[in-house]
Amino acid sequence: MDTILRAKEVTKRFGGLVAVNKLNIDIRKESISAVIGPNGAGKTTFFNCITGFYSPEEGSIIFDGNEIQGLSTDVITRTGISRTYQNIRLFSSMTALENVLVGQHPHLTTGWLGAVARTGKFRREEADALEEARRLLKFVGLSSLGNQVARNMSYGAQRRLEMARAMASRPKLLLLDEPTAGMNPNETEEMNEFIRKLRGEMGITILLIEHDMRVVMGISEQISVMDFGEKIAEGTPQDIQNNPRVIEAYLGRGAASGLESAKAH
Amino acid sequence: MQQEKSYLRQALEQGLVGGAIIVLIALLGIVEAFKERSIVGTVLSMGQTFIIGTQFLISYRTARKAGSDQKMAITGGAVTGAVSGLVLAFLVLLSMLFDLRPVFLNASPALFSILAFGQSQIVGMVLLVVFGAGIGALAGVIDTLAVRIRSTILQIVAIVVLTGLLAELIKLVLGQWPSIGRAMNWMFAGKGLSIIGAVVVALVVLVYNVYQAYAPVDPKKKPFFDAENWRGSKGYVRIAISVAVLLILPQILGVYMSEVLDQVGLYILMGLGLNIVVGYAGLLDLGYVAFFAIGAYVVGVMTSPEIAPKFFGMTFTWWEAVIPAVLVATSFGVILGIPVLRMRGDYLAIVTLGFGEIIRIVALSDLLKPVIGGSQGIQGIAKPAIGGFVFQDQQSLYYIILAGVFLAAFVAIRLRDSRLGRSWMAMREDEDVAEAMGIHLVTTKLLAFATGAAFSGLSGAIFAAKIGSIYPHSFNLMVSINVLALIIVGGLGSIPGVVVGSFALVGLPELLREFADYRLLVYGALLVWMMLNRREGLWPEEAHQRELYIDKDTPADAEA
Repeated sequence: MDTILRAKEVTKRFGGLVAVNKLNIDIRKESISAVIGPNGAGKTTFFNCITGFYSPEEGSIIFDGNEIQGLSTDVITRTGISRTYQNIRLFSSMTALENVLVGQHPHLTTGWLGAVARTGKFRREEADALEEARRLLKFVGLSSLGNQVARNMSYGAQRRLEMARAMASRPKLLLLDEPTAGMNPNETEEMNEFIRKLRGEMGITILLIEHDMRVVMGISEQISVMDFGEKIAEGTPQDIQNNPRVIEAYLGRGAASGLESAKAH
Repeated sequence: MQQEKSYLRQALEQGLVGGAIIVLIALLGIVEAFKERSIVGTVLSMGQTFIIGTQFLISYRTARKAGSDQKMAITGGAVTGAVSGLVLAFLVLLSMLFDLRPVFLNASPALFSILAFGQSQIVGMVLLVVFGAGIGALAGVIDTLAVRIRSTILQIVAIVVLTGLLAELIKLVLGQWPSIGRAMNWMFAGKGLSIIGAVVVALVVLVYNVYQAYAPVDPKKKPFFDAENWRGSKGYVRIAISVAVLLILPQILGVYMSEVLDQVGLYILMGLGLNIVVGYAGLLDLGYVAFFAIGAYVVGVMTSPEIAPKFFGMTFTWWEAVIPAVLVATSFGVILGIPVLRMRGDYLAIVTLGFGEIIRIVALSDLLKPVIGGSQGIQGIAKPAIGGFVFQDQQSLYYIILAGVFLAAFVAIRLRDSRLGRSWMAMREDEDVAEAMGIHLVTTKLLAFATGAAFSGLSGAIFAAKIGSIYPHSFNLMVSINVLALIIVGGLGSIPGVVVGSFALVGLPELLREFADYRLLVYGALLVWMMLNRREGLWPEEAHQRELYIDKDTPADAEA
């Protein structure tokens, strides 16, 4: 299998704090992978390094054969990486359709003059973009809410809209930052279903962050576990579930040793 | 019982508030200044209108809160009115005991004589309370009437007062046709309406309301400005009529009102530009006057016979100068935009504020005196001309301004509905996420600054032609503040809002010149009120509605 994203020795520091420390992660094409870890493990910081919000001090990030570390977010989006945010960050006073239209920005080309003159090219492009936006909204199940202002939508709908917006840039790799945060078990299951569908129908590689281990076990093919900025384990869900270092990171040293002593008995 | 008590307490508080407002109005000298200015003949002066109007409004408000209980509404209104009268009576009492003038310059004997209805102070104080209670009870009674009757009465009062307020302007417009003006003379007395005039106005409103009550109701009728009304064949007729009205407006309104319209138009033009920068792109620019100045100065330098020959060996016509003016303003938009690309919010506002001042001070400086005349400014700026026709006066320049406004509105609307417009709004909502959507922030910001500057430059170029001579002091900070205030009052990001805002903040103060002294007071009060009660503006931008489904695609996935 091809690797679509490779992080090599990625390090990000904030003053004296090392948020991400010499991280190595490979993501296979068209896989669903997850980065998990307790609060403050450096997961989101790692996402921010990939998407260009932060520029890592050391190491390299290779996406689709090109080094992308240190590039600005708009350039990285154009190479085919898109993301959602832990705390939903929609364009809140714009409608759902407009949010998705903004997502298509990299694929539209009309400039100032074209817009003012409303050239044939502009009109075709806008019509196509609108149709694509409708299609994406339908895909995430929000067709009927297209004209709603994002701010007025329910929490679950906002999460899905954010995904539609992220998909509008036609990414090869989609990063989801805690897609099920704040959801009840039913909604979580729906979201997992949706993520599978996304990979299946669109062929997008998906990398997601969770700190709830149980959520990702069902959908991820590969899981990397982070703690204090370092990768402490990697493997299939089964490997991870039984890894004592992971249990230790999540439950604390005492619990882990308790577990081991329980095993010994 | 408990409820009644708390309601009466509310009424009392409202009365205190109303009284405080009237005391403020009185001590600021407004009552005395307008004691001679009549609204309706000798019956009602503007000074009285302010007092009675405030008492009435505040009592009416109290009465409204009483709900369906009629007795309580009337009592509440009366209590509020009486308490506000009591506050005034207390002011009169204070004036008897102390000399208030060292602190309140306007606390003159004349003021207290007005407040005391021209009677002795003791009698006046009693009268104030009784009169206030009367007004309040009246407001309460009106509140208890049936909706239709109530609204008719309120309309009559409001329209009579408004016509009285604007009587001079109406006279001025009618005076354009001396025969009509003379024929209508009986309507007016002094600066306001005559008693007969007031009665006629009241009757007209009454007849209109009666007609409305008995006219067949069309349930499909949409509000006048509803987009539905402006489409199809009927829409074209409406558009044609509106354009025709806009075209003959200056001829009907006469010179003075055309001058007001011109000023409003120039501000609309600037507002449309700043609306792109602040309303769409969310870049708070307080130095917007800079581009207005640059547009004006380019036209000045290129067309003035005192300056142009020194540099160009000839003078240009206005039309030849206007395009360079817009281009130079646009370039400055970009040049001043570059250093502030990384700034946001307050910091951006402070730096742009500085830019505005720098441009003005540079214009005043000795350094550029040979080019742009320093504090002496530039005189003899050319007027636009087509063939032999020169756009000489306010009435003809109106058409140039109208064309400019239409052009700017057209460009603004088309940009708003494009990829660029969406990028601006996305940037306004969340700059980081916008960038992560692939939007190039530098280009997008600079295009906003450039477009905004272009509109402002055009406005400046027309302004230069209108005034004929320009001086640095015309381009002070107040212009930037005014433009910003008008787009906020109209509704940020709303194009009709810019028009409404301009009329409210530039047009109205021109029409109500008599109140020029209190302009900033009203301005401030209005802005505070807006921010508290109508933050989205007078005519807010509506969310863009689009066709949701392709063909007959049904909403199978409708979300609960």
